[in-house]
Amino acid sequence: MKDWPETFDLAVVGGGNAALCAAITAAEAGASVLVLEGAPAPYRGGNSRHTRNFRCMHRGPMFPLTGAYEEEEYLHDLMLVTKGKTDEGLARLAIRSSEECLPWMQAHGVRFQPSLSGTLSLSRTNAFFLGGGKALVNAYYNTAADLGVKIAYDAQVSHVHLDGDRIAWAEAEIAGHPVTVQARAFVLASGGFQADLDWLARAWGPAARNFLIRGTPYNRGVVLRDMLDQGADSVGDPTQCHAVAIDGRAPKYDGGIVTRLDCVPFSIVVNRNGDRFYDEGEDVWPKRYAIWGRLVAAQPDQVGYALIDAKSIDLFMPSVFPPVKADTIEGLAAQMNLDPQAVRRTVDGFNAACRPGPFHPTELDGLRTEGLEIAKTNWARPLDTPPFYGYQLRPGVTFTYLGLKVDARAQVHTAAGPIRNLWAAGEIMAGSILGQGYLAGFGMTIGTVFGRIAGKEAAAHVA
Amino acid sequence: MSLDLTPPQLSATEEARRQIEICNACRYCEGFCAVFPAMTRERAFADGDLTQLANLCHNCRGCYYACQYTAPHEFALNIPAALAEVRVDSWERLARPQALARLFQTHGVAMAGALVVALAAFFWALAALRPETGAGFYAYLAHNTLVAIFVPAFLLPLALIGLSLRDYWREVGGGRVRLSHVLRAFDSAARMKNLSGGHGEGCNFEEGDRFSDRRRVFHQLMMYGFLLCFASTASGTVLHYGFGWEAPYPLLSPPKILGVPGGVMMLAGTAGLVWLKLRATAALGAVRVWGGEMAFILLLGAIAATGLALYGASGTALVGPLLAVHLATVMVLFLLMPFSKMVHGFFRLAALVAEAGKPAPAGGGE
Repeated sequence: MKDWPETFDLAVVGGGNAALCAAITAAEAGASVLVLEGAPAPYRGGNSRHTRNFRCMHRGPMFPLTGAYEEEEYLHDLMLVTKGKTDEGLARLAIRSSEECLPWMQAHGVRFQPSLSGTLSLSRTNAFFLGGGKALVNAYYNTAADLGVKIAYDAQVSHVHLDGDRIAWAEAEIAGHPVTVQARAFVLASGGFQADLDWLARAWGPAARNFLIRGTPYNRGVVLRDMLDQGADSVGDPTQCHAVAIDGRAPKYDGGIVTRLDCVPFSIVVNRNGDRFYDEGEDVWPKRYAIWGRLVAAQPDQVGYALIDAKSIDLFMPSVFPPVKADTIEGLAAQMNLDPQAVRRTVDGFNAACRPGPFHPTELDGLRTEGLEIAKTNWARPLDTPPFYGYQLRPGVTFTYLGLKVDARAQVHTAAGPIRNLWAAGEIMAGSILGQGYLAGFGMTIGTVFGRIAGKEAAAHVA
Repeated sequence: MSLDLTPPQLSATEEARRQIEICNACRYCEGFCAVFPAMTRERAFADGDLTQLANLCHNCRGCYYACQYTAPHEFALNIPAALAEVRVDSWERLARPQALARLFQTHGVAMAGALVVALAAFFWALAALRPETGAGFYAYLAHNTLVAIFVPAFLLPLALIGLSLRDYWREVGGGRVRLSHVLRAFDSAARMKNLSGGHGEGCNFEEGDRFSDRRRVFHQLMMYGFLLCFASTASGTVLHYGFGWEAPYPLLSPPKILGVPGGVMMLAGTAGLVWLKLRATAALGAVRVWGGEMAFILLLGAIAATGLALYGASGTALVGPLLAVHLATVMVLFLLMPFSKMVHGFFRLAALVAEAGKPAPAGGGE
């Protein structure tokens, strides 16, 4: 094992949004900083490269945000999705700090744009990055480089050595060579463990092997596991992950945003046996997409099939792969390897249960089925207009909930008290605040707020 | 596995369609330029749609560096290059004759060859057609001779471009043109809005993922310099025929007031563009026409340099040879307008007018 030639004030494990916010903040405070990014340069940025916005509190219009979004409303939205599984103190800290983050982000190279088409519902609450999360990551890497931060790519940290109440060193493999990294302070911002299928399978069951991973293959939770093994306090349900229903043909890893399918409210969704299993029209899609990962995961072979007819094919965002297409329901079922007779029966039963009435694709229209065991309570129109289209749905894992428990200074603890020179930021500690569910753009808020706190605390520690 | 999935060699249009359909499911880049909002109008892309998107694209490369799906990702998106290939294809396909466009778009050396021929022709003309009277460079070539050579050499290529644009309009489904569309297109071109990056800090041309406004600045220096030089020549024509005031003109005359700064701007702009092109990553453009593009910039620079030198050499024996060289460069520029990078200005304006005439892009649902 070789020692890295210099001892840094701060070593940051990870290379996404939270890691870079910590590195930049510490470097501006005068610290010498090394960033250990596990991915090779083209894939730098962890899951941040797939993000697109930042949920931001604001008391009045503030480019690119419209209106106002105050602390209580923000917290209320968070409580709705987490069903109270949150540390309210940390949640309020994240929410309050988000307001000052927006100008800080702009000052460090991030550029914003008005709400993207199809996302007007978020124009008040979420600031969209011009070019998306990878553009943000690029801006931060450039800012960090200008501040003299050293970046090591393909630098996978395997062990962060806890000695009493301090981290003594970190062991890493950089471009295949084992290296010991010496630093006076450490920030862990290396994400969750959602890319480690074995870990997912242990936590969730063997069905997890059929899950697709929406983001980076480099978030394998190695450092998280290492810290938990050394007695660090943990938070979040170790058996749970956040999953949405995505195009079943997506790549195993890193499919990102384009693999989403917004067709469910205008479809009927059947399982492997050709049976419906949930109300597709329960609520507008932005409020329901997050539950469909779990719903599909509970079906045989962890797969679902959304069936649409020609009336509805233009009502949702284009898909990355073209849908399967056929002139008959039986033909569509056969192409999707489903039993044509079973699907025919389901569609006939559904069609017979549809009632005439006004159809409004953009609002809850109350157009519901009658007499079905599993009703469709909005947008229920018969599938009767060929050609028919189909999409295979699979669970796509976004992130995991298990993480390191931190305090309001982002410091990591063991049962014996705080680890004096260790802080955590981003997905690795997000479970403290996001115990369940997800709120669009809140992951970036947690990463930015706690990344900056961690960087500031670490710099003060070594000053 | 991704190797097995690599599709067989796609045509430029097919490859662009593959990429744009992935792109259209993401839409993170909507704020960069006009291409992405225009894309959201469609779910499926006909060849003409791709031709239009390609000619709207200014190759700022912002979308490449912001993209999650560039190689080594298996989607292997490179939108600036894919659209550049379609764009050049469209200039070649819609030119007549196509073979000349394929030759001069691609091969800088062909343009150099054309220049040698033009040089020889003008040195011969200077020797053979030298008038008995005349001042300044009219002492070398009579005004009427110049008009007889350059008016057709300018107007005929323009007519060919007109025919190409008519075909372009049909291919992309352009609608009825209103003055407001044209004004919007000229406003966009005059400020190079599509090279602003959306945030006004420019594009990602020569410094990787860092933004810079240099390309916009150098291009506008070159373009406005060119227009000033063109105005200078036009003003000379007006003075000559309208007022009987013949060249040579003094420094404080419209042709010189317009032409000297115009030439200096062109020279600075072309030098800057050459420098940028040498620093930029060729693989984010249409690689096969790199040489043709570079030759075109150098030709514009040569026109400016020889024009200024000609003015500087007034009254010396150098006027004759410099005149031949300058006229030869101008002649090559004119004759090759439909077949060289010069044509991009016409197609770009047409694309901007067509875009201005389309309904405002509507967002998709989510």
